[in-house]
Amino acid sequence: MPAEKDPCLSGRGVTKVFGFGRTRTVAVDHVDFDFHEGEVISIVGESGSGKTTLAKVLLGLINPTEGEVYFQGKERDIGSYRKKKEYWKQIQAIFQDPYCSYNIFRKIDTVLLDCIHMRGGRGLPRAKKVELMAEACSFVNLKFDELTNKYPFELSGGQMQRLMIARIFLLKPKILLADEPTSMIDACSRATILDMLMQLRDEIGMTVVFITHDIGLAYYVSDVVYIMENGRFVESGSADNVILHPKETYTQRLINDVPKIYEEWDLSTV
Amino acid sequence: MSVMSNVVLEVRDLTTKYVTRFREEVYAVDHVSLQVEEGKSLGIAGESGCGKSTLALSLMGYYFPPLHYTCGEIIIDGRDISAMRPDDVRKSILGTEIAYIPQSAMNALNPTQKVIHFVEDVFQAHDPFKSKKEIHEFAKEAFETLGLPEEVLQKYPVELSGGMKQRTVIAVSVLLCPKVLIADEPSSALDVTTQKMVIKMLKGLMENGFIKSMIFITHELPLLYNVTDDIMVMYAGQIVEKATAREAVFDPLHPYAKGLMGSIIVPESGLRDVKLAAIPGVPPNLKDPPVGCRFAERCKYVRAECKVAAVPLYDAGGGRAYRCILSEEVLREAYQHAG
Repeated sequence: MPAEKDPCLSGRGVTKVFGFGRTRTVAVDHVDFDFHEGEVISIVGESGSGKTTLAKVLLGLINPTEGEVYFQGKERDIGSYRKKKEYWKQIQAIFQDPYCSYNIFRKIDTVLLDCIHMRGGRGLPRAKKVELMAEACSFVNLKFDELTNKYPFELSGGQMQRLMIARIFLLKPKILLADEPTSMIDACSRATILDMLMQLRDEIGMTVVFITHDIGLAYYVSDVVYIMENGRFVESGSADNVILHPKETYTQRLINDVPKIYEEWDLSTV
Repeated sequence: MSVMSNVVLEVRDLTTKYVTRFREEVYAVDHVSLQVEEGKSLGIAGESGCGKSTLALSLMGYYFPPLHYTCGEIIIDGRDISAMRPDDVRKSILGTEIAYIPQSAMNALNPTQKVIHFVEDVFQAHDPFKSKKEIHEFAKEAFETLGLPEEVLQKYPVELSGGMKQRTVIAVSVLLCPKVLIADEPSSALDVTTQKMVIKMLKGLMENGFIKSMIFITHELPLLYNVTDDIMVMYAGQIVEKATAREAVFDPLHPYAKGLMGSIIVPESGLRDVKLAAIPGVPPNLKDPPVGCRFAERCKYVRAECKVAAVPLYDAGGGRAYRCILSEEVLREAYQHAG
């Protein structure tokens, strides 16, 4: 790990508590993390372990109950809406359910046009904008000419998720939060989408925070893995270390739960 | 064709179609033949839009628009159910001969009623003379054998977790001991830990004698490899490969099956050195399928002859079959060169 470099996103004692009294739930419990630039970081845990809550805190969609998030070495300040908008230029997300991630009243070219405008391309001539959009679409193997007058819901799940990546291609954020981007698509297009994400990472040099429950996926894509159990990070380190030589029983269980093909899959341990 | 007594389900040349609003016909299941023997499970793989789920629906013999039956036979225990009236199918086949678990099975539970009510409903439809007490006893016993706590019966669906709901629905669907269970992506909405529980339960069903055979549909190949004995790969409504699970995963013959194997992700050492190879392109539109091989457009090993005439399913012996004009040797050699 490049320790001498400043982390681009880090947290100290980040906590999120939902409810109070009898229904008090600690979703994220005093977690510390340092995400370095250009790395792919995976957060792995079963459902209910607080992965998505942490993602929402990182995105600034909900405020942490306690603790601080540091962005590029400074304490993150998203007090006002204007500051939040500035922050979202640097950090973007791909969500689990592509069907719910789009505004159903906006056509696909508007979706992409918004991204150009957000990057300060409002004054560009129309032809230049179209060129940019077509470039983004061809990056994800979509044909822009066929999409222009369509709404997002006319696409398949895999296509929608690829359009999401096209958005990221236009926005060029510093950090991308991918919250289970492939859990709703079939195994075949999953490979395509992962490859596109990695290609995009290399192209614009962003940091990718990849959230998943499938430790196999995490192993395939990431440099650093954080294992999350009940709101805490129980193990972290380089992907090879954590997944090939797990120390915690929880990590071992997660690995055992994934169906294997080269080794015996032990069903008795549930 | 073997007429052995232990074949539970036999399907011959089954073809079903969807009729769209514009009277276009889409053959989503095209001349599919398969056999499931007692005590065996069959896996069906393929990407989305290949007709996997339509095949599952068609196998039940219960058709409702826009799905229509065209030709073929579905034989369960020597009875051809494809010729039966929908009402008869519903009364005497569904639940008792064939049970079906749809993709989002957990949403099938009525949120306003307890699970036990659901169980009572099932018995009322098929065995109306059973008393409530008997039903309760029976359900309790069955749930215990399947590893579900009996308190589940007295709970509302909202009180159960996703994995629990899924297992409850599976348990209820096999209460009448169907001969064939069709599971259509029973674990795709669950995380890996609950998925494992569901799989363990499904495997237990056969050991406990609740079902005689199973058809398991999914796109997750590692899962299929661990659950089923045989694997069929579907592409554009047709079967393109039929083999045992081991052969299908480690030694596939059809280029499409080979491509699918390239998308396997498992947390084992050596994965990071392999680059995942996705198959480029999309499946053909079945409204107007290509004349020749349906996979030709996306195939790496395509030749001019591929696009001329429809490709039949070649029998490679030993229960294997594949749909490609190239011979076994040529295909194997091509794969070796590709690495």
